[in-house]
Amino acid sequence: MRDPQALLDPLDRPPWWRDRRVIPWLGQGVVALLLLVLIAFLLGNLVHNLTTRGMLLSWRWLGQPAGFDISETLVPFSAEMPYWRGLVAGLANTLRAVLTGLVGATLLGTLAGMASFSRNGLLRGLTRTYVETIRNIPLLLQLIFWYFVVFLSLPNGTAALQIPGVVLAKSGLYLAGFGQGMHWSLPQLVNGVWQAPLRLSVEFAALISGLIIYSGAFIAEVVRGGIASVPKGQWEAATSLGMGWFATLRHVVLPQALRVIVPGLNTQYISLAKNSSLAVAVGFTDLYSVAETTLNQTGRALEVYLLLLGAYLAMDLVISLLMNGLNRFVQIRER
Amino acid sequence: MNPLLRRLRSDLFATPADGALSLGLIALITAVAVGLLQWATQRAQWAVIQANSTLFAVGRYPGDQQWRLWLLTALLTAVTGVTWGLLRCHPRADRDGTLWPRNDRLVLGLLVVVVLWLPGALQLTPALQIRWSLLAALLAASRWLAGRFGSKLSRPMLRLFPLVWPLIYLIGMVLISGGLGLMPVSPSQWGGLLLTLLTASFAILLCFPMGVLLALGRRSDLPLLRWISVIYIEFIRGAPLITLLFLGQNILGFLLPGGFAPDRIWRAAWVLTFFAAAYLAEAVRSGLASVPKGQMEAARSLGLSYPQTLVRVVLPQALRVALPAMVGQFISLLQDTTLLSLIGLLELLGVARTVMANPAFLGHSAEVYLTLALLFWSCCAALGLGSRALEKRLDPQTLSRSSSQP
Repeated sequence: MRDPQALLDPLDRPPWWRDRRVIPWLGQGVVALLLLVLIAFLLGNLVHNLTTRGMLLSWRWLGQPAGFDISETLVPFSAEMPYWRGLVAGLANTLRAVLTGLVGATLLGTLAGMASFSRNGLLRGLTRTYVETIRNIPLLLQLIFWYFVVFLSLPNGTAALQIPGVVLAKSGLYLAGFGQGMHWSLPQLVNGVWQAPLRLSVEFAALISGLIIYSGAFIAEVVRGGIASVPKGQWEAATSLGMGWFATLRHVVLPQALRVIVPGLNTQYISLAKNSSLAVAVGFTDLYSVAETTLNQTGRALEVYLLLLGAYLAMDLVISLLMNGLNRFVQIRER
Repeated sequence: MNPLLRRLRSDLFATPADGALSLGLIALITAVAVGLLQWATQRAQWAVIQANSTLFAVGRYPGDQQWRLWLLTALLTAVTGVTWGLLRCHPRADRDGTLWPRNDRLVLGLLVVVVLWLPGALQLTPALQIRWSLLAALLAASRWLAGRFGSKLSRPMLRLFPLVWPLIYLIGMVLISGGLGLMPVSPSQWGGLLLTLLTASFAILLCFPMGVLLALGRRSDLPLLRWISVIYIEFIRGAPLITLLFLGQNILGFLLPGGFAPDRIWRAAWVLTFFAAAYLAEAVRSGLASVPKGQMEAARSLGLSYPQTLVRVVLPQALRVALPAMVGQFISLLQDTTLLSLIGLLELLGVARTVMANPAFLGHSAEVYLTLALLFWSCCAALGLGSRALEKRLDPQTLSRSSSQP
């Protein structure tokens, strides 16, 4: 028993279970212990389950021949090459889709974001409709729509959609470019089949159209928010100096809006990179699609999963680092 | 000049360039609208929707047990009507005191039109058409009754009323999955809109408390809690949802002792929940950051304990600020349920894909996907509208006005 007099002594510390300096640490200790037990339990099960199936972590299968083909690749790949080459080819395809998507979505989003400040009411309304329509429909549904409804019902041969330099047919998107011998050549019909220096598959075209239109709507909102954050007086001051609408936007408003826009763009770019994994729904062989095939063939769920996760985390990290660098660049330096 | 004409002129034809742009846009919009209308009325064949309407609604739910779903729909309709009526029967400062404001009449009118037109357009059997009409009548009746007699209810009754909703959710789970004397229906037979709404509502309900706890953990002074929250949030936000669903389907079985892994549908629902919690935590964190530090200090110095301070002072303010971002997350969660079709579950998009695999409906994918798009668009737009209305209602200025004029 403690002396009752001691409780009245202000300098006496309370017992440890009521000490405000001890309780938080005690709580954290309990949480840490629970977490460790949980992790140990899960890992124990994992090791146990994998050992009973003889599938303990191993990376040797990466060197075995893949046995599947990838229809379009940037890096050369064929069925007899090892799995790791297939995964690299898939990663290259993902990067190609992400980079094209980033450029396209930024252009579309910036235009749409600027258009929502246009003097023309119809253009403003149209931009609003675009953003509200796209943002309320799932991306996967949009991708499937572009692929199955739009691109797969395109005509082939002479009936294909043609603009000078660009041909859009069911067999792919053909672009003018520098062909053999470094001379400019246009898409042309040879024996009923289109030939061009640059051919994109319909799968790729459907994926990037879907990604660009979807992310474009979100980026438009980011840009709109950024421009709206610039005080109205800036517009009025620039206009009273005799600057036109576009010149005001370009030289006065955008440089200030970029401070708000760039962090928002970072989020949108990362989600675009992650959304590119939906390529599997439109038959474009990206990293996720190769990983899924690899899993089905080898049964190496854990290893495939770790590779997949590492690749996407690395991609997010690179985008974040680049955008943070850009952010430092556009911040207004104040003394 | 007529104000409408003047408005039109300043909006569309302020300068010659503007005028040309407007004319071009008008031509474009007209062409698209006419083309779409022509397609929808003449070329499109809606038989694919009519023939598969049950599949789209409930998937492969056994036909002789579907009365349970109708019962659940009727319960939900009645509770919705009563809630709606109770909300209207107490006059507030931010609203005129009428029992039937213009928006309500508009919503009810729209509902009646849909209920009268849709079952006929889907060529449902007369028995089903009557059920639809009965449901609409039930909604209107319960709305009217609650509005008429709601003010006679005592205060404790009104306070307890929101508890009806979790109760309905539990009853709904029993009705859907069976048990308690009902024939069990295994989750593999759920599908279509039923599965979409079920997974979305499950994830929304559960991710909310998890998200709030994670956000509090991330802002906590205790390093361990903070680091656990940060690692969890950043890990989940760094990975695409489809890889997490992949984890749930292929690896969760290894992490749990044999036979303990739940059904595929519940695994996917839990993955959605864990995924959404990380994003919700970031939304709540932005709300927490907007509450001045003085609020916390003032509450503590008044003698409130830490949990009391959080629940009574900090969270109400933080959640109000975070509301638009949170509803945005719920909307994207509803959209993310479509990813379940990629792991072979038959939610709305999954059903659509199986229907399209049937050669009888070859070449009619546009009808199916446009219908789904319209359905998702309406749900998400309604959520967005509701969020904006709630935001206005919770605005401190509106609140102070309503408390000063009792």
